[in-house]
Amino acid sequence: MAFLGRRLLHSLFVLWAVVTILFLMFRLMPGNPLAAYINETMTEDQQEAMLRQFGLDRPLWEQYLIYIGNLLSGELGLSFHQRKPVWDILMAAFPNSIVLTVTGLSLAYVFGVVVGAFLAWKRGTWIEGIGVPLVLTTRAAPEFWVGMLLLAVFSFGLGWFPAGGANSAGAFYDSELERFLSLDFLRHLTLPALTLALYLQGLPLLLMRSTMLEVMHEDFVTMARMKGLSEWRIVIRHAARNALLPVVTAFALGLGLAMGGNVVVETVFSWPGLGRLLVGAVSSSDYPLAQGAFLLISGVFVVMNLVADLAYTALDPRVSHDRVK
Amino acid sequence: MTASSEPGAFLPKAERRGLGRILADVLAKPARDPFALAGLSIYLVFVLVALFADQFATHDPLQILFQPNGRLARNLPPGETYWLGTTHSGRDIYSQLVYGARAALIVGVTAAMVVVAIGTLIGLLSGYFGGWVDAVLMRVADTALSIPFLPFVIVLTAFLKPSVWNVVLAVAILLWPNTARVIRSQVLTIRERGYVEAARVTGAGHGRILFVHVAPNILPLSFLYGSIAIGWAILTEAAVSFLGFGDPRTVSWGYMLQDAFTSQALSRGSWHWFVPPGLCIVVVVVAGFFLTRGYEEVLFPKLRD
Repeated sequence: MAFLGRRLLHSLFVLWAVVTILFLMFRLMPGNPLAAYINETMTEDQQEAMLRQFGLDRPLWEQYLIYIGNLLSGELGLSFHQRKPVWDILMAAFPNSIVLTVTGLSLAYVFGVVVGAFLAWKRGTWIEGIGVPLVLTTRAAPEFWVGMLLLAVFSFGLGWFPAGGANSAGAFYDSELERFLSLDFLRHLTLPALTLALYLQGLPLLLMRSTMLEVMHEDFVTMARMKGLSEWRIVIRHAARNALLPVVTAFALGLGLAMGGNVVVETVFSWPGLGRLLVGAVSSSDYPLAQGAFLLISGVFVVMNLVADLAYTALDPRVSHDRVK
Repeated sequence: MTASSEPGAFLPKAERRGLGRILADVLAKPARDPFALAGLSIYLVFVLVALFADQFATHDPLQILFQPNGRLARNLPPGETYWLGTTHSGRDIYSQLVYGARAALIVGVTAAMVVVAIGTLIGLLSGYFGGWVDAVLMRVADTALSIPFLPFVIVLTAFLKPSVWNVVLAVAILLWPNTARVIRSQVLTIRERGYVEAARVTGAGHGRILFVHVAPNILPLSFLYGSIAIGWAILTEAAVSFLGFGDPRTVSWGYMLQDAFTSQALSRGSWHWFVPPGLCIVVVVVAGFFLTRGYEEVLFPKLRD
């Protein structure tokens, strides 16, 4: 319980730090400090409203309090270019990002766990000798380049998949769920999800392999050997099940990581998610939107780190955080 | 002042794993491990090409080229004059590739040096002094690790002018905690060793103990983490340039890929344009992985199972 409290406090602290760093970055920016919320193309009335809402005419510390207050009530300002509340724009993109990330991560995990266990089983053979360097090579490949190759082969070359976006133009659906389950959406999802999966599979794979190697030396595996069980049965029933624990808890960690990492994947495939929103907002100096997108991505990242830590402690009684520190 | 009059200087060195021993291991390693050998060879070629880029290149990487008949030399396939063909705006791809090595080397090495310097110093102070110094520094490290990496780099470039140094800065800000944590835990064990205790007893000050007795033992570890940072820096630079936030005057591999992507090289099937820069990134980064993987075993013999 003490650990839970401390861990929650830490997450809150990190969120506060991110928010504060952002606040300072936007205020200390060279040029007009109002540029973070107001640009010339807004009408006189809009500018006036923004000034009051964000207290931009007050001293810095008062601005800071107002800023925190606005954040707590979900008020992120208006996008410069889309002229809509930032919150609404973010919420429209968020599901797309989540679907892409969860799909990519799931593929990565299924592949990583199976291949990782297999490589651990084949320890010392030529398969391991080739497999591990091969995995390292996929980790060294820039995601966006892998995405470009997939696009060149399967989209432009063979024409099997669309070149970008999440839905064909003109497609209309009654609900979000119906959209996600449509064949058109899945066809758009395939290449970006594969790219993301290829980028993410290294972590679960190497983790699975090393925990498998540890587990294979434990008493209950030796016991199973002595009982004369088949090697296959030992690997699947006894070793793999126990090795899965840290790998499963790293899933949440991977989700957070992927939310940051799929910025480039979303850009390559013009996937209408948070990452692409962030890139677009930054390159067009749409500060309120950029700030909002970064905050949301950071929020997911921090929460997922928290979930990973808690899950690890909850699932493995051997881990005691109160003793380590 | 002679060496023997310094406090702690008479202590036997046998307890330390001498730098000389480690150096000998480091040099002998590639001979036994084919992957380390491959990594080392790739690094050598990479550094040579980067240093002598102007010798290797056949054209100015940013010059817009014209054919003898006066037409713009755009989208040409690989040939005798332009070994890897030309870009959409008529620039020589091979020469860009060669200069890209230089950009990658500069970003990689500077970022690695900054990461090593900050990470080692923080790790040393945190591990050696403990107490509130440790608590504060490690909290800062935890916080830095809890910020999503690439989005942060992107937001940072929104405020600073696009340049290679943003990448170095961002990589340094976000990667030092990893190094610092490992160095710290290593310092915690070294701090308790006999020779450090002896130096303290003979009256050596904190500065002397830290930099003469503790630091040399963790330097190899710092270098290991530094070489991992090289790969990260190159990958980050590529991603940032690809997203269009790189330095427009520096020809890097990420810049080339962005140029190819936005000029429809994919739909035109200009494989000779968008495959080589990516391959170069993969080869250089993986060479770093192979090298560090091999050296982890040299530096921490216990890891071998």
